[in-house]
Amino acid sequence: MKAAAFHYMQPKTVDEALGCLEQLGSDATILAGGQSLMASLNMRLSNPAVLIDINAIDELNGISTVEGRLRIGAMTRQAELEYSPLVSQHAPLITMVMPHIAHPAIRNRGTIGGSIAFADPAAELPACLVALNGQVVAQGPNGERRIAATEFFQDLFETALTDNELLTAIEIPMANENQRFGFRELARRHGDYAMVGLCASSDWSSDNLTELRLAYFNVGPRPVLAEQTASDICRIWPQVRNEMPLDQLESELDPPDDLNASSTMRVHLAKVLTRRIIEEWLS
Amino acid sequence: MSDSLAVLKGDNNISLTVNGESISERVPVRRNLADFLRLDLGLTGTHVGCEHGVCGACTVRLDGKIVRSCLILAIQADGKRVDTIEGLSDDGYLEDLQASFHARNGLQCGFCTPGILLTAAELIETHPDADREKIREFLSGNYCRCTGYHAIVDAIESVVHSRQKKREL
Repeated sequence: MKAAAFHYMQPKTVDEALGCLEQLGSDATILAGGQSLMASLNMRLSNPAVLIDINAIDELNGISTVEGRLRIGAMTRQAELEYSPLVSQHAPLITMVMPHIAHPAIRNRGTIGGSIAFADPAAELPACLVALNGQVVAQGPNGERRIAATEFFQDLFETALTDNELLTAIEIPMANENQRFGFRELARRHGDYAMVGLCASSDWSSDNLTELRLAYFNVGPRPVLAEQTASDICRIWPQVRNEMPLDQLESELDPPDDLNASSTMRVHLAKVLTRRIIEEWLS
Repeated sequence: MSDSLAVLKGDNNISLTVNGESISERVPVRRNLADFLRLDLGLTGTHVGCEHGVCGACTVRLDGKIVRSCLILAIQADGKRVDTIEGLSDDGYLEDLQASFHARNGLQCGFCTPGILLTAAELIETHPDADREKIREFLSGNYCRCTGYHAIVDAIESVVHSRQKKREL
């Protein structure tokens, strides 16, 4: 199908974009890479009055390091992240995740800010940001604020952004050499949304595993951080190989049934993914 | 209000380069790039399959990189360079890939072929040593309902090998 008619604005600066949002409020939708939004317009699943296209705002592009954090501009394309040496050095989990996000032609256009702001519970990047304990940088009429990833994703496609705020960047604490990262997902075909996925990070120095963060996706309306399971694993580390304490996942995850997998199967698959990442770290 | 903050409605002028040629047209803001190429410019080699970014039939190059033309507005291509199967065939850029698809039956109905050729070209540019697994992964966003993909992977693999040989000479 074709998109229904809409009006279109193309601000060149963040200030102009904020002006557009102030003027239009909830009548407007931000157009970032458009790889989800354009599809939903074409299918007429959404019908905004005005699109605010932020592709011409140069200040939203780019990857840099700022005071121990990796800062990624909201409009940085996914393909750029995939091949960025700065990202693979300071946030290797993002490099691991990237090839699993849709397909090359989509990643050439799709942006990190778009993925985070859209907050699709089946998408990889929101869970990745939660696993990395990252922050979302938002600008609004009252200036800039930072929102922890764990607070940002609130419900199905719902975030902490208000109607007059623009997501301008994400920031991630830079990885150190003791940290371990893992990514696994199970999808029917490469590039499809996963039935279940897991982004993991941890600190592994001498014999102790600490700061384990297990962020599961497509198991509920938003990424789920399984804190109890993580603490169970850390407690008996490194004696986890034979008896991995994953039973708590049954109460921590409550995925819905869908055409691809039942709730019970998803929990089972979440355990499988967890086991695979931990075994990968131990080997 | 400054020009850049104007609310654009109805038809607007865009100027872009398509297959090396400068084009100026008036387009409605809701017109996607695939329809602009096909309906306004008559470049029907870019195919429209699913119209929601899944099938890959509408793949074109925007400023040198492959994109889904059904997920981009024509107005967003203003000032940019677009290359389609027509231009990239005429200038010989895809010649060895096309010959290989022909030799190995890498197509049957041909509907997916323009998109697959553009995707394959970017694969070989960015991953000149791609193996079969990488080829399949890179092509995962381009659906073919005829061939079962095997012959397509064969055709691309053989171009990867022949270009590797050329590099070694």
